[in-house]
Amino acid sequence: MNSKPYVREVSKTTWFLSHPRYKRYMAREVTCIFIFAYTFLLIVALARLSQGEEAFNAFVQALRSPLGVLFNVAALIAAVYHSMSWFDVTPQAMPIQMGEEFVAGNIIVNAHYGAWAVVSLIILFWGM
Amino acid sequence: MAKSNKPIFWGLFAAGGTVTAFVTPALVLVTLFAAMRFNMDMFTYESIHAFAGWWLGKLIIFGIILVSLWHAAHRLRVTVHDFGVRADKQVAIVVYSLAGLGTLLTLIYLLRI
Amino acid sequence: MSELQKRQIQLEVLRYNPETDTAPRYQTYSVPCLEEWVVLDALNYIKDHLDPTLSYRWSCHMAVCGSCGMMVNGEPKLACKAFIHEYKEGQIKVEPIANFPIERDLVTSVEDFITKLASVKPYLIPKEDKPVSAGEFKQTPAELKKFKQYTLCINCMLCYAACPQYALVPEFLGPAAISMAHRYNQDSRDGGRDQRQEVIASDEGVWECSFVGACSEVCPKHVDPAGALQQVKVASTIDWYKEHLMPWMKK
Repeated sequence: MNSKPYVREVSKTTWFLSHPRYKRYMAREVTCIFIFAYTFLLIVALARLSQGEEAFNAFVQALRSPLGVLFNVAALIAAVYHSMSWFDVTPQAMPIQMGEEFVAGNIIVNAHYGAWAVVSLIILFWGM
Repeated sequence: MAKSNKPIFWGLFAAGGTVTAFVTPALVLVTLFAAMRFNMDMFTYESIHAFAGWWLGKLIIFGIILVSLWHAAHRLRVTVHDFGVRADKQVAIVVYSLAGLGTLLTLIYLLRI
Repeated sequence: MSELQKRQIQLEVLRYNPETDTAPRYQTYSVPCLEEWVVLDALNYIKDHLDPTLSYRWSCHMAVCGSCGMMVNGEPKLACKAFIHEYKEGQIKVEPIANFPIERDLVTSVEDFITKLASVKPYLIPKEDKPVSAGEFKQTPAELKKFKQYTLCINCMLCYAACPQYALVPEFLGPAAISMAHRYNQDSRDGGRDQRQEVIASDEGVWECSFVGACSEVCPKHVDPAGALQQVKVASTIDWYKEHLMPWMKK
């Protein structure tokens, strides 16, 4: 018998549109663009900080532009999405076995959310 | 089959993913509040300069920026591939160079403070 | 059986005949389904009453053999576990499992998976060879728990159908093969990790995975291959740093 298996091609550029879970994945991956950009914003802040008070205040002034606010809002959404997607899968990547049993995944996730809240409050108080 | 050298970058990616998950949202809130004049005592030259002038402060800032950069760079490399660009080597050179440049600049600026 | 429990379902099935077709086509069958039926029952009804030429694989009808993996409304499913009552619309699309070449109708060619699975040596490679007379290899319940979940894999390949990285990079070793390697690596009786690492720690091994997590979402046996792959990445990364930054740690 002459067999010629049929191969279904998958689009290299639009594959993720085919299922909601792939879109969620891509949303998670795209957060890195904002993390990258925001980290460079911090580096610019450091540069201006090293140049003295006037330069730093000019930087803060520039942040207050509509574009600056908009970028920060977008970065905030991306950063929060990254954090949640990261903590939610931690039990899969780093399971903890205590004695015989593995610690329930939701305990590990909740512990991360709790620590996240503490770290965030420390940073906010430091920033105030 | 040879063992991959991807662990170098993946190690930094994973470390950075964890660190950014914990600190980045709050850091963005600080700059957002400063941008929105939410609290004028926030993100001032004195407070930031004092922190960045302290050796441990320098170390913390350098650590956060280092792993954030390498986390984002590695994930961006994968994302570009996911969007259909088949030039992994070139993409890797570009994104890791950006991360390397950012790391170097951070070091220079921190030493000047 | 009362007629009231029956529901007429339009089953849209992808057909492909390698001798006559150049591309697959859909054929719709109207099937009088009982509410407690699964998609596999509907396919069997077609085969028995409507169209004996329809080809598909199945065996156990109880989610153990792993042969009836298919795309049901675009989702990788075991046809024997996809209940008709979960599809309210009255129309169900059935296609061969994604990411594998179609041999005929719903039958795919699975050689690629079989080759990859064999390449990770998915069997115990004892740490120490000892004669049967020396007794059994003992294992504590805690040691068993470390890998028990991965033993539940039935090689149904739904995880390969869900994995976009496997779809885009066919060289990728894939979820089930790597979780199976992890299963033996986690086994206290096993000493074959170094041999398996040669395969799974390569570029085409675990490093093609970007933790989409789709494999674990579709796994009918809750094996969580995505978790296994991340654990393999963590372990391989520790290996790499030990080998390159702390060469004195080498065995």
